[in-house]
Amino acid sequence: MPAPRGPFTAALVACLADGSGAAHLVEAARRAVAATDDVVRDEDVQLGLFVLYELHHGGVAGVDDDREWDVDLLGARAVLEEAFEAALRERVTVPARPEPTAEGVAAALAELTHEDGPPRLAAFVARKATLDQVRELLVQRSIYTLKEADPHSWGIPRLSGRAKAALVEIQSDEYGAGRPQRMHSAIFARTVRAAGLDDAYGAYLDDVPAVTLASTNTMTMFGLHRRLRGAVVGHLAAFEMTSSIPNRFYGDGFRRLGFDEDATWYFDEHVEADAVHEQIAARDLAGGLVEGDPATLDDVLFGAAACLAVDGWAGEHLLEAWTAGHSSLRERTR
Amino acid sequence: MNAEDADAAAADGFVVLARPADATGPRDAGAPPARRPEPAQVVACPDGPLLVRGDVEIVGPDGEVLPRDRRTVALCRCGTSSIKPWCDGTHKAIGFRTGPEPAPR
Repeated sequence: MPAPRGPFTAALVACLADGSGAAHLVEAARRAVAATDDVVRDEDVQLGLFVLYELHHGGVAGVDDDREWDVDLLGARAVLEEAFEAALRERVTVPARPEPTAEGVAAALAELTHEDGPPRLAAFVARKATLDQVRELLVQRSIYTLKEADPHSWGIPRLSGRAKAALVEIQSDEYGAGRPQRMHSAIFARTVRAAGLDDAYGAYLDDVPAVTLASTNTMTMFGLHRRLRGAVVGHLAAFEMTSSIPNRFYGDGFRRLGFDEDATWYFDEHVEADAVHEQIAARDLAGGLVEGDPATLDDVLFGAAACLAVDGWAGEHLLEAWTAGHSSLRERTR
Repeated sequence: MNAEDADAAAADGFVVLARPADATGPRDAGAPPARRPEPAQVVACPDGPLLVRGDVEIVGPDGEVLPRDRRTVALCRCGTSSIKPWCDGTHKAIGFRTGPEPAPR
Protein backbone atom coordinates (compact mmCIF):
# COMPACT_ATOMS: atom_id res chain seq x y z
CA MET A 1 0.00 0.00 0.00
CA PRO A 2 1.57 3.31 -1.03
CA ALA A 3 2.16 6.20 1.34
CA PRO A 4 -0.68 8.77 1.06
CA ARG A 5 0.13 12.09 -0.59
CA GLY A 6 -2.86 14.12 0.61
CA PRO A 7 -6.36 13.90 2.10
CA PHE A 8 -7.87 11.85 -0.74
CA THR A 9 -5.19 9.16 -0.80
CA ALA A 10 -5.14 9.09 3.01
CA ALA A 11 -8.87 8.29 3.01
CA LEU A 12 -8.51 5.87 0.08
CA VAL A 13 -5.63 3.91 1.58
CA ALA A 14 -7.42 3.74 4.96
CA CYS A 15 -10.63 2.36 3.47
CA LEU A 16 -8.79 -0.14 1.24
CA ALA A 17 -6.66 -1.30 4.17
CA ASP A 18 -9.52 -2.00 6.56
CA GLY A 19 -12.16 -2.98 4.00
CA SER A 20 -14.53 -0.23 5.16
CA GLY A 21 -17.14 1.54 3.02
CA ALA A 22 -16.07 4.14 0.46
CA ALA A 23 -19.18 6.35 0.21
CA HIS A 24 -17.27 9.34 1.62
CA LEU A 25 -14.59 9.04 -1.06
CA VAL A 26 -16.75 10.56 -3.78
CA GLU A 27 -16.92 13.82 -1.86
CA ALA A 28 -13.24 13.52 -0.95
CA ALA A 29 -12.44 13.21 -4.67
CA ARG A 30 -14.48 16.33 -5.40
CA ARG A 31 -12.55 18.23 -2.72
CA ALA A 32 -9.21 16.97 -4.09
CA VAL A 33 -10.07 18.14 -7.59
CA ALA A 34 -11.34 21.51 -6.31
CA ALA A 35 -8.23 22.04 -4.19
CA THR A 36 -5.68 21.78 -7.01
CA ASP A 37 -4.83 24.17 -9.81
CA ASP A 38 -3.02 21.45 -11.78
CA VAL A 39 -4.66 18.06 -11.72
CA VAL A 40 -1.92 16.59 -13.95
CA ARG A 41 0.81 17.31 -11.41
CA ASP A 42 -1.26 16.92 -8.26
CA GLU A 43 0.29 14.16 -6.15
CA ASP A 44 -2.95 13.31 -4.31
CA VAL A 45 -5.08 13.08 -7.47
CA GLN A 46 -2.60 11.13 -9.60
CA LEU A 47 -1.69 8.62 -6.88
CA GLY A 48 -5.40 8.19 -6.14
CA LEU A 49 -6.16 7.43 -9.78
CA PHE A 50 -3.19 5.10 -10.02
CA VAL A 51 -4.24 3.05 -6.99
CA LEU A 52 -7.86 2.87 -8.19
CA TYR A 53 -6.64 1.68 -11.61
CA GLU A 54 -4.43 -0.97 -10.01
CA LEU A 55 -7.62 -2.61 -8.70
CA HIS A 56 -8.35 -3.42 -12.38
CA HIS A 57 -4.83 -4.62 -13.17
CA GLY A 58 -2.63 -6.62 -10.81
CA GLY A 59 -4.60 -5.68 -7.71
CA VAL A 60 -3.32 -4.07 -4.51
CA ALA A 61 -1.74 -6.31 -1.89
CA GLY A 62 -4.08 -6.91 1.04
CA VAL A 63 -7.14 -5.51 -0.74
CA ASP A 64 -10.16 -7.70 -1.55
CA ASP A 65 -10.45 -8.21 -5.34
CA ASP A 66 -14.17 -7.37 -5.13
CA ARG A 67 -13.29 -3.74 -4.53
CA GLU A 68 -12.61 -3.44 -8.27
CA TRP A 69 -16.39 -3.07 -8.70
CA ASP A 70 -17.15 -1.11 -5.50
CA VAL A 71 -19.56 1.49 -6.86
CA ASP A 72 -18.34 4.17 -4.46
CA LEU A 73 -14.72 3.65 -5.51
CA LEU A 74 -15.87 3.78 -9.14
CA GLY A 75 -17.74 6.99 -8.35
CA ALA A 76 -14.64 8.57 -6.81
CA ARG A 77 -12.59 7.41 -9.79
CA ALA A 78 -15.08 9.03 -12.16
CA VAL A 79 -14.69 12.38 -10.38
CA LEU A 80 -10.90 12.25 -10.74
CA GLU A 81 -11.11 11.06 -14.34
CA GLU A 82 -13.51 13.79 -15.38
CA ALA A 83 -11.12 16.46 -14.11
CA PHE A 84 -8.07 14.73 -15.59
CA GLU A 85 -9.63 14.26 -19.03
CA ALA A 86 -10.85 17.87 -19.04
CA ALA A 87 -7.35 19.12 -18.19
CA LEU A 88 -5.83 17.05 -21.00
CA ARG A 89 -8.41 18.21 -23.52
CA GLU A 90 -7.77 21.82 -22.52
CA ARG A 91 -3.97 21.64 -22.71
CA VAL A 92 -3.25 19.25 -25.56
CA THR A 93 -3.01 20.73 -29.04
CA VAL A 94 -4.81 18.44 -31.47
CA PRO A 95 -3.75 18.57 -35.15
CA ALA A 96 -6.06 19.48 -38.02
CA ARG A 97 -8.44 16.73 -39.11
CA PRO A 98 -7.21 14.71 -42.13
CA GLU A 99 -9.42 12.79 -44.55
CA PRO A 100 -10.93 9.85 -42.62
CA THR A 101 -8.94 7.28 -44.61
CA ALA A 102 -6.16 4.98 -43.43
CA GLU A 103 -3.60 6.88 -45.51
CA GLY A 104 -4.91 10.26 -44.32
CA VAL A 105 -4.72 9.21 -40.66
CA ALA A 106 -1.27 7.62 -41.09
CA ALA A 107 0.06 10.79 -42.74
CA ALA A 108 -1.42 13.03 -40.01
CA LEU A 109 0.12 10.86 -37.27
CA ALA A 110 3.49 10.84 -39.09
CA GLU A 111 3.46 14.62 -39.21
CA LEU A 112 2.37 14.94 -35.57
CA THR A 113 5.10 12.59 -34.32
CA HIS A 114 7.88 13.89 -36.59
CA GLU A 115 10.96 15.10 -34.75
CA ASP A 116 14.07 16.75 -36.12
CA GLY A 117 16.51 14.61 -34.18
CA PRO A 118 16.21 12.58 -30.99
CA PRO A 119 14.19 13.89 -28.04
CA ARG A 120 16.30 15.86 -25.56
CA LEU A 121 16.02 13.24 -22.82
CA ALA A 122 17.19 10.40 -25.08
CA ALA A 123 20.08 12.50 -26.39
CA PHE A 124 21.09 13.39 -22.81
CA VAL A 125 21.03 9.76 -21.73
CA ALA A 126 23.12 8.74 -24.76
CA ARG A 127 25.84 11.32 -24.15
CA LYS A 128 25.89 12.62 -20.59
CA ALA A 129 23.73 10.82 -18.04
CA THR A 130 25.51 9.40 -15.00
CA LEU A 131 24.95 5.91 -13.59
CA ASP A 132 22.72 7.38 -10.87
CA GLN A 133 20.68 9.20 -13.49
CA VAL A 134 20.08 6.16 -15.71
CA ARG A 135 19.09 4.16 -12.63
CA GLU A 136 16.61 6.94 -11.88
CA LEU A 137 15.31 6.69 -15.43
CA LEU A 138 14.64 2.97 -14.86
CA VAL A 139 12.86 3.72 -11.57
CA GLN A 140 10.63 6.27 -13.33
CA ARG A 141 9.94 3.92 -16.25
CA SER A 142 9.31 0.89 -14.00
CA ILE A 143 5.85 2.19 -13.12
CA TYR A 144 4.64 1.56 -16.66
CA THR A 145 7.20 -0.76 -18.20
CA LEU A 146 6.94 -3.61 -15.67
CA LYS A 147 3.36 -3.94 -16.96
CA GLU A 148 4.18 -2.79 -20.48
CA ALA A 149 1.30 -3.04 -22.96
CA ASP A 150 -1.42 -3.80 -20.37
CA PRO A 151 -3.30 -0.47 -20.52
CA HIS A 152 -3.67 -0.64 -24.32
CA SER A 153 -4.90 -4.25 -24.17
CA TRP A 154 -8.18 -2.93 -22.74
CA GLY A 155 -8.82 -1.67 -26.28
CA ILE A 156 -8.88 -5.13 -27.90
CA PRO A 157 -12.51 -6.17 -27.24
CA ARG A 158 -13.69 -2.66 -28.12
CA LEU A 159 -12.38 -2.90 -31.71
CA SER A 160 -13.23 -5.11 -34.66
CA GLY A 161 -11.87 -6.23 -38.01
CA ARG A 162 -8.65 -4.68 -39.33
CA ALA A 163 -8.04 -2.47 -36.29
CA LYS A 164 -8.52 -5.35 -33.85
CA ALA A 165 -6.20 -7.67 -35.81
CA ALA A 166 -3.58 -4.91 -35.87
CA LEU A 167 -3.81 -4.26 -32.12
CA VAL A 168 -3.54 -7.98 -31.36
CA GLU A 169 -0.56 -8.33 -33.71
CA ILE A 170 1.27 -5.54 -31.84
CA GLN A 171 0.26 -6.75 -28.37
CA SER A 172 1.23 -10.35 -29.15
CA ASP A 173 4.75 -9.13 -29.90
CA GLU A 174 4.73 -7.03 -26.70
CA TYR A 175 3.76 -10.14 -24.74
CA GLY A 176 6.53 -12.28 -26.29
CA ALA A 177 4.37 -14.16 -28.84
CA GLY A 178 3.82 -17.03 -26.42
CA ARG A 179 7.28 -16.93 -24.87
CA PRO A 180 7.03 -15.45 -21.37
CA GLN A 181 10.76 -14.82 -21.18
CA ARG A 182 10.44 -12.52 -24.23
CA MET A 183 7.63 -10.39 -22.83
CA HIS A 184 8.80 -6.79 -23.00
CA SER A 185 8.02 -6.36 -19.31
CA ALA A 186 10.23 -9.38 -18.57
CA ILE A 187 13.08 -8.08 -20.73
CA PHE A 188 12.82 -4.72 -18.96
CA ALA A 189 13.02 -6.50 -15.60
CA ARG A 190 16.44 -7.86 -16.66
CA THR A 191 17.65 -4.29 -17.25
CA VAL A 192 16.26 -3.25 -13.87
CA ARG A 193 18.09 -6.11 -12.14
CA ALA A 194 21.31 -5.39 -14.07
CA ALA A 195 21.19 -1.89 -12.59
CA GLY A 196 20.92 -3.35 -9.09
CA LEU A 197 17.30 -2.31 -8.69
CA ASP A 198 14.19 -4.13 -7.47
CA ASP A 199 12.06 -5.55 -10.31
CA ALA A 200 8.98 -6.20 -8.13
CA TYR A 201 5.98 -4.36 -9.56
CA GLY A 202 5.35 -1.12 -7.68
CA ALA A 203 8.59 -1.30 -5.65
CA TYR A 204 9.25 2.37 -6.47
CA LEU A 205 5.71 3.70 -6.44
CA ASP A 206 6.45 5.94 -3.44
CA ASP A 207 9.44 7.43 -5.27
CA VAL A 208 7.88 8.65 -8.50
CA PRO A 209 6.18 12.03 -8.86
CA ALA A 210 2.64 12.77 -10.06
CA VAL A 211 3.74 13.56 -13.61
CA THR A 212 5.12 10.00 -13.99
CA LEU A 213 1.88 8.52 -12.66
CA ALA A 214 -0.05 10.81 -15.02
CA SER A 215 1.71 9.17 -17.98
CA THR A 216 0.45 5.71 -17.02
CA ASN A 217 -2.93 7.02 -15.84
CA THR A 218 -3.51 8.64 -19.24
CA MET A 219 -3.28 5.35 -21.12
CA THR A 220 -5.24 3.41 -18.50
CA MET A 221 -8.04 6.00 -18.53
CA PHE A 222 -8.22 5.78 -22.33
CA GLY A 223 -8.14 1.98 -22.24
CA LEU A 224 -10.82 1.52 -19.58
CA HIS A 225 -13.47 3.58 -21.39
CA ARG A 226 -15.12 2.31 -24.54
CA ARG A 227 -16.04 5.94 -25.26
CA LEU A 228 -12.30 6.68 -25.51
CA ARG A 229 -11.38 3.76 -27.81
CA GLY A 230 -10.17 6.23 -30.42
CA ALA A 231 -7.90 7.84 -27.84
CA VAL A 232 -6.31 4.57 -26.67
CA VAL A 233 -5.61 3.67 -30.30
CA GLY A 234 -4.15 7.11 -31.04
CA HIS A 235 -2.09 6.90 -27.84
CA LEU A 236 -0.54 3.58 -28.81
CA ALA A 237 0.13 4.77 -32.37
CA ALA A 238 1.99 7.87 -31.14
CA PHE A 239 3.83 5.81 -28.52
CA GLU A 240 5.07 3.31 -31.12
CA MET A 241 5.89 6.02 -33.67
CA THR A 242 8.21 7.82 -31.22
CA SER A 243 9.94 4.80 -29.74
CA SER A 244 12.53 3.16 -32.00
CA ILE A 245 14.87 6.17 -32.36
CA PRO A 246 14.90 7.16 -28.64
CA ASN A 247 15.49 3.54 -27.65
CA ARG A 248 18.62 3.44 -29.82
CA PHE A 249 19.91 6.44 -27.85
CA TYR A 250 18.97 4.92 -24.49
CA GLY A 251 20.83 1.75 -25.48
CA ASP A 252 23.88 3.84 -26.43
CA GLY A 253 23.81 5.52 -23.02
CA PHE A 254 23.67 2.23 -21.13
CA ARG A 255 26.49 0.82 -23.30
CA ARG A 256 28.57 3.94 -22.64
CA LEU A 257 28.16 3.29 -18.92
CA GLY A 258 29.39 -0.29 -19.30
CA PHE A 259 26.10 -2.25 -19.28
CA ASP A 260 26.29 -5.52 -21.21
CA GLU A 261 24.16 -6.87 -24.06
CA ASP A 262 21.71 -8.55 -21.73
CA ALA A 263 21.08 -5.27 -19.93
CA THR A 264 20.58 -3.32 -23.18
CA TRP A 265 18.43 -6.05 -24.77
CA TYR A 266 15.28 -4.15 -23.80
CA PHE A 267 16.35 -1.04 -25.72
CA ASP A 268 17.77 -2.96 -28.70
CA GLU A 269 14.58 -5.03 -28.89
CA HIS A 270 12.50 -1.85 -29.08
CA VAL A 271 14.56 -0.36 -31.89
CA GLU A 272 13.59 -3.33 -34.05
CA ALA A 273 10.13 -4.13 -32.68
CA ASP A 274 8.75 -0.62 -32.68
CA ALA A 275 9.93 0.01 -36.24
CA VAL A 276 7.50 -2.80 -37.10
CA HIS A 277 4.78 -1.74 -34.68
CA GLU A 278 4.67 1.86 -35.83
CA GLN A 279 3.78 0.83 -39.38
CA ILE A 280 0.97 -1.44 -38.16
CA ALA A 281 -0.21 1.11 -35.59
CA ALA A 282 -0.45 4.08 -37.92
CA ARG A 283 -2.10 2.51 -40.95
CA ASP A 284 -3.92 -0.65 -39.85
CA LEU A 285 -4.75 0.17 -36.23
CA ALA A 286 -5.47 3.92 -36.22
CA GLY A 287 -6.25 4.17 -39.93
CA GLY A 288 -8.30 0.98 -39.91
CA LEU A 289 -10.31 2.14 -36.90
CA VAL A 290 -11.14 5.50 -38.47
CA GLU A 291 -12.09 3.95 -41.83
CA GLY A 292 -14.51 1.59 -40.10
CA ASP A 293 -15.73 4.06 -37.48
CA PRO A 294 -15.13 7.65 -38.72
CA ALA A 295 -16.58 9.13 -35.50
CA THR A 296 -13.39 8.06 -33.70
CA LEU A 297 -11.14 10.34 -35.78
CA ASP A 298 -11.08 13.27 -33.35
CA ASP A 299 -10.21 11.03 -30.41
CA VAL A 300 -7.50 9.18 -32.35
CA LEU A 301 -5.82 12.56 -32.88
CA PHE A 302 -6.46 13.61 -29.27
CA GLY A 303 -5.06 10.35 -27.89
CA ALA A 304 -1.92 10.67 -30.02
CA ALA A 305 -1.39 14.30 -29.05
CA ALA A 306 -2.06 13.50 -25.37
CA CYS A 307 0.58 10.75 -25.44
CA LEU A 308 3.20 13.15 -26.80
CA ALA A 309 2.23 15.93 -24.39
CA VAL A 310 2.06 13.92 -21.16
CA ASP A 311 5.14 11.81 -21.87
CA GLY A 312 6.88 15.02 -22.92
CA TRP A 313 6.06 16.58 -19.53
CA ALA A 314 7.32 13.49 -17.73
CA GLY A 315 10.57 13.55 -19.71
CA GLU A 316 11.08 17.28 -19.14
CA HIS A 317 10.67 16.70 -15.41
CA LEU A 318 13.74 14.45 -15.42
CA LEU A 319 15.84 16.85 -17.48
CA GLU A 320 14.85 19.85 -15.36
CA ALA A 321 15.75 18.06 -12.15
CA TRP A 322 19.07 16.84 -13.49
CA THR A 323 19.96 20.22 -14.97
CA ALA A 324 19.26 21.80 -11.58
CA GLY A 325 21.57 19.23 -9.99
CA HIS A 326 19.07 17.17 -8.01
CA SER A 327 17.10 13.94 -8.23
CA SER A 328 13.88 13.62 -10.24
CA LEU A 329 12.47 11.30 -7.55
CA ARG A 330 10.38 12.24 -4.54
CA GLU A 331 11.78 12.14 -1.05
CA ARG A 332 10.17 9.22 0.72
CA THR A 333 7.55 10.46 3.11
CA ARG A 334 7.52 7.53 5.44
CA MET B 1 -0.06 -27.06 -31.07
CA ASN B 2 -0.34 -23.53 -32.43
CA ALA B 3 2.55 -21.47 -33.75
CA GLU B 4 3.13 -19.69 -30.45
CA ASP B 5 3.30 -22.93 -28.52
CA ALA B 6 5.66 -24.32 -31.14
CA ASP B 7 7.88 -21.26 -30.71
CA ALA B 8 7.74 -21.60 -26.93
CA ALA B 9 8.63 -25.28 -27.16
CA ALA B 10 11.46 -24.51 -29.56
CA ALA B 11 12.76 -21.86 -27.20
CA ASP B 12 12.77 -24.40 -24.41
CA GLY B 13 15.04 -26.69 -26.41
CA PHE B 14 12.51 -28.95 -28.11
CA VAL B 15 12.89 -29.64 -31.78
CA VAL B 16 9.61 -28.89 -33.50
CA LEU B 17 9.10 -30.69 -36.79
CA ALA B 18 6.98 -28.81 -39.25
CA ARG B 19 4.66 -30.94 -41.31
CA PRO B 20 2.37 -30.04 -44.16
CA ALA B 21 -1.07 -28.86 -43.18
CA ASP B 22 -2.70 -31.79 -45.04
CA ALA B 23 -0.77 -34.35 -42.97
CA THR B 24 -2.48 -33.68 -39.68
CA GLY B 25 -4.43 -36.94 -39.79
CA PRO B 26 -8.16 -37.63 -39.55
CA ARG B 27 -10.29 -34.82 -38.26
CA ASP B 28 -13.84 -33.58 -38.34
CA ALA B 29 -14.99 -32.46 -41.75
CA GLY B 30 -14.60 -28.71 -42.04
CA ALA B 31 -12.32 -28.34 -39.04
CA PRO B 32 -9.30 -26.16 -39.76
CA PRO B 33 -5.87 -27.78 -39.93
CA ALA B 34 -3.69 -27.32 -36.86
CA ARG B 35 -1.46 -24.90 -38.73
CA ARG B 36 -2.36 -23.54 -42.12
CA PRO B 37 0.54 -22.52 -44.33
CA GLU B 38 0.67 -18.73 -44.37
CA PRO B 39 1.57 -17.30 -47.77
CA ALA B 40 4.19 -14.58 -47.67
CA GLN B 41 2.89 -11.03 -47.78
CA VAL B 42 5.07 -7.97 -48.31
CA VAL B 43 3.57 -4.55 -47.56
CA ALA B 44 5.39 -1.57 -49.07
CA CYS B 45 4.81 1.10 -46.41
CA PRO B 46 4.68 4.63 -47.86
CA ASP B 47 7.86 6.55 -46.86
CA GLY B 48 8.89 3.53 -44.78
CA PRO B 49 10.08 -0.08 -44.74
CA LEU B 50 8.80 -3.30 -46.29
CA LEU B 51 6.65 -5.24 -43.80
CA VAL B 52 7.00 -8.99 -44.24
CA ARG B 53 4.49 -11.53 -42.89
CA GLY B 54 4.00 -15.22 -43.46
CA ASP B 55 6.15 -18.21 -44.37
CA VAL B 56 9.29 -16.71 -45.83
CA GLU B 57 12.98 -17.11 -45.08
CA ILE B 58 15.18 -14.04 -45.06
CA VAL B 59 18.66 -15.04 -46.13
CA GLY B 60 21.90 -13.14 -45.54
CA PRO B 61 24.64 -12.63 -48.14
CA ASP B 62 26.43 -15.78 -46.93
CA GLY B 63 23.35 -17.90 -47.58
CA GLU B 64 22.49 -18.33 -43.89
CA VAL B 65 18.86 -17.90 -42.91
CA LEU B 66 18.67 -14.90 -40.58
CA PRO B 67 17.15 -15.67 -37.19
CA ARG B 68 13.72 -14.09 -37.03
CA ASP B 69 12.54 -13.18 -33.55
CA ARG B 70 9.08 -11.97 -34.52
CA ARG B 71 6.38 -13.14 -36.86
CA THR B 72 6.16 -9.79 -38.66
CA VAL B 73 9.39 -8.01 -39.57
CA ALA B 74 10.25 -4.69 -41.24
CA LEU B 75 13.01 -4.60 -43.87
CA CYS B 76 15.00 -1.38 -44.37
CA ARG B 77 14.13 0.37 -47.63
CA CYS B 78 15.89 3.73 -47.14
CA GLY B 79 19.39 2.26 -46.75
CA THR B 80 20.29 4.04 -43.49
CA SER B 81 19.22 1.54 -40.83
CA SER B 82 21.87 0.64 -38.27
CA ILE B 83 20.46 -2.90 -37.95
CA LYS B 84 20.09 -3.87 -41.62
CA PRO B 85 18.35 -5.72 -43.08
CA TRP B 86 15.83 -4.73 -40.40
CA CYS B 87 14.32 -1.25 -40.15
CA ASP B 88 15.28 0.90 -37.14
CA GLY B 89 13.06 3.89 -37.89
CA THR B 90 15.86 6.11 -39.23
CA HIS B 91 13.91 6.71 -42.47
CA LYS B 92 11.91 9.29 -40.51
CA ALA B 93 15.01 11.16 -39.38
CA ILE B 94 16.34 11.50 -42.93
CA GLY B 95 12.98 12.41 -44.47
CA PHE B 96 12.93 9.31 -46.70
CA ARG B 97 10.18 9.52 -49.31
CA THR B 98 9.02 6.68 -51.52
CA GLY B 99 7.03 9.07 -53.71
CA PRO B 100 4.61 8.04 -56.42
CA GLU B 101 5.45 5.05 -58.57
CA PRO B 102 7.11 6.08 -61.86
CA ALA B 103 4.77 6.22 -64.85
CA PRO B 104 5.08 3.21 -67.17
CA ARG B 105 7.09 3.94 -70.32
